[in-house]
Order: sequence, then structure tokens, then C-alpha cells
Amino acid sequence: MPKDQGLMSWKELAPGMYILEPGNSAKFKTGDWRSHRPVLDKEKCIKCGQCYLLCPEPAYEPNEEGYYICNLYYCKGCGICAAICPKGAITMVLEEA
Amino acid sequence: MGKRVAKEVSIAVADAVAQCRVDVISAYPITPQTHIVEHLAELVNNGELDAEYIPVESEHAAMSACIGAAAAGARTFTSTSSQGLLFMYENLPIASAFRLPIVMVIANRSISAPISIWNDHSDVMTTRDFGWIQTFAENGQEAVDLVYHAYRVAEKCLLPVAVNLDGFIVTHVVEPIEMLDQELVDKYLPPLKMKYKLDPKKPITMGAIGVPEIYTEAKKALDEAVKASYKMVVQAWKEFEKISGRRYQPVETYRMEDAEVAMVIMGSLAETACNAVDELRAKGKKVGLIRFRLWRPFPMQDFLKAIGRVKALCVVDRAVSHASTGGPVGIEVRSALYQSNKRPRVVNFIAGLSGRDVTKDDFIELFERTFEAISKKPKFSYEIYGVKE
Repeated sequence: MPKDQGLMSWKELAPGMYILEPGNSAKFKTGDWRSHRPVLDKEKCIKCGQCYLLCPEPAYEPNEEGYYICNLYYCKGCGICAAICPKGAITMVLEEA
Repeated sequence: MGKRVAKEVSIAVADAVAQCRVDVISAYPITPQTHIVEHLAELVNNGELDAEYIPVESEHAAMSACIGAAAAGARTFTSTSSQGLLFMYENLPIASAFRLPIVMVIANRSISAPISIWNDHSDVMTTRDFGWIQTFAENGQEAVDLVYHAYRVAEKCLLPVAVNLDGFIVTHVVEPIEMLDQELVDKYLPPLKMKYKLDPKKPITMGAIGVPEIYTEAKKALDEAVKASYKMVVQAWKEFEKISGRRYQPVETYRMEDAEVAMVIMGSLAETACNAVDELRAKGKKVGLIRFRLWRPFPMQDFLKAIGRVKALCVVDRAVSHASTGGPVGIEVRSALYQSNKRPRVVNFIAGLSGRDVTKDDFIELFERTFEAISKKPKFSYEIYGVKE
């Protein structure tokens, strides 16, 4: 059930609450309980892509310039990207309430 | 019409399951269910039944395998008793929530401790709230017929069905039983076609997380489905009557015309209780009997109709709900009455735990005590009957 569309009548649910549309987890917003978000310093970044490979969500995607950008719609703020970045280019910053 | 043949009920039940052309049987042996699954294993091994028999390592796995197989569109069967049912516990509500038409025979047996292999209803009563359709057989013929019926209902409603038969008292008795002809079974049970199933060509998700925004709606949808299954349960018995000549209804009544006191009971003890009714009727006492064949969905209207104008009900439970307001059936009956305008006195006894005999004379005593309760309100909300002080 895509959380963004969660206001649904019980009558509209498929039997057994099955999800009939494959791949719909992309619609599920997982980025709303994060306490810290990653901030990239492009000066330090060498575009190695380890953040992209190791993000468990996966929230990172490459942009046109070749940088890997975290999509905050999905990012849960686990901090793995910051911990594994070989150049220390990612900093976890506290989310303001 | 088929021929009546003497058969052990467990064997007859297994033969009925085979006649239903199950695809997958997944079970772990436990007394007193053993003969049912042993016989099915034999049929598969001898090539008489074209099915997958999965000899799992536990009941937890038995129900898991049934869930997986049913989710892939297979007609499934399992059977268990007592601790085995409890070991399945966490998977039981998943089977119903996933709307899977699994059929399970429960050879009812007491739960530990103390360890007991004998019969009462304490095992199944722990599962009454899970959204499984639950029926109770009184004898072997009914047990067999409820198996055919279970598949018909399960597959029409997309809900799991548990058929309950008293361990040993029903399962191990040799009775003359009339099996349906295979062609009638095939007519009654067309091949299972699930609209939604696990299919790599058309992927769907079963068992997604139910966030707070959707969990309540999922439970409401299941609740409505279980309530709506009542119609199909009755319809399937009507269809069954057409092909077998045997008539079943959610609530069975015996000599209830003008009855002042009625016994309310489930399972095989009802047959003994009927003898007590006959004996008291012969002495001019206005007594009758009501037996729940269908327990879930609870047949509220049938029950309220069945009690007529009785002054008192003697509810005989086969399980204890410790320190509550009654046995499971007693609680249910009082709750049903409270929602109606009828106010007979309800006297709730718990009897026949762990296979302890409840004889005709015991039932006569329970009837007599219920008559006394009409004028004098009992001081107990339930009583465990026959305890040695």
C-alpha cells in the first residue's frame, strides 16, 4: 500500500490486502521518520559511487554531472553513506523539526 | 446413492480428502489425528492419489507449507490436534488474512499441561477469533460430509475452514459411512481456480506491511468476508443435500418443540445428551437440545430462532476460559442473548475435559439443575462439572 495513497476505503482493498501492481514500493515514502540527512560536499566527492551501491534503501541516484544524489523521499537517515564515503564527503546533519 | 460401508472415521475422512482431489497435503503426525494423515500418505505412496505429500518437520511448517501452496493456487489439506494446533498458532491468522482456501481437520484434543491425549475442545477454542470458518461434527458421517463441504465453502469464500471432530470419540470409531460417488464430488468441487495467486508471469504481493493507515481497513475487509461466508456455508449445505440426500444446517435442534429447558452443546457429546432428552421427555419433562454445527461465523439468528421460548439454557462447554464469565460457548450464548429481547436463564457447565465421560445420567443431572435454576438464580457464572472435591 503506497503510504501517500493510504486513505483508502476497506471496500477498495484487493482480497487479502494483496498488492496487484508490481514495483509499487517506489511510491512508498520512507523518508519521513529520518532524524539526520546526508549532505554532500561536491568539492571532496570523487564520484566513486559507493554511497549509491551501499545505500540499503536505495535512495542514491547519479545525476547528469556524475554525482550521486540522495533522494530524501526515500532516505531513512541511516548514515551508511557517510560512514563508508572514502573521502569524508558526506556529513549527516540533524533534521530540524 | 453410495453404499454404507463400515470404516474407521479417520480413514473415511482421509478418503474424502482424497476424493476432493487435493494437490498438496502437508502435515505432522500427532495423536489422535495420526490415522488421517497416515492414510493420506499411504494413498499418495501407492499412487492412488496424485498429490504432493510434504512430511514437514513441525506443525508450524505444515501450516506454512499449506499457506505457500494455497497462495500458488493449490488445493491444500492439513490436519492436527492439541499442541500441534498451538504450534501452528502464528500462521493461522495469516491463512485467513491472506484469504487462502485451506482445509484443516482438527481431531480435538486437550491442551497441555497436564499432558493429555484425550478429547475436549480446548485446542480449537484458542483459535476462534482468527477468521477461520469452523464447523463441528457429531459423528463419522457428518465428519466426512463436512470435509466435502469445507472445500466447497473455502473455495467459494476464499477463507480457510477448520472441520472439528472429537479425538478418539469420533476419529477412531468404526462406523457405517456412505462416501459420495467420485463423479458427484467432482461436480460439487470443480477444479480450483484462484483469481489472484503467486504467479511469476503476473506478480502480486501477499503479506505487505499494514501501516496504521491501512491495517484497520484490512481487518474490516476480512471481518466482512467472514460474516458474508455464512450465506455460502448454508448454500453449500443445500447443494450438498441435492447430491447426497443428507441435510445439514448451522444449528441442529432435537425435540425443541414446546421445550422449557434446552441443552446447548457441540460435537459428539450431543448424541449422549439426546438420550437424556428422550428419557426426560418420556417422563413428561419439556427438554430439548441445540447443537452448533457452525461455530464461526457464529449463527446468531439460527440460534435465537432455535431457542424458541425456553425458560433456561444449559450450556455445556468442553473448554475452560480461566476466570472469565463462562466457557467459550457460554460467553458467546450470553452475548447473543443480550443483543436480543430473549432472556432465558443461562446455566453454564464445563464438562468432559480431557475425555472424561459425560454419561446420560450426567446430562439428566445437568438438566435437573437447570430446571432448579429457573426459580433460583445460580451463584456461579460457570461451573466445572464433576470435580472430585
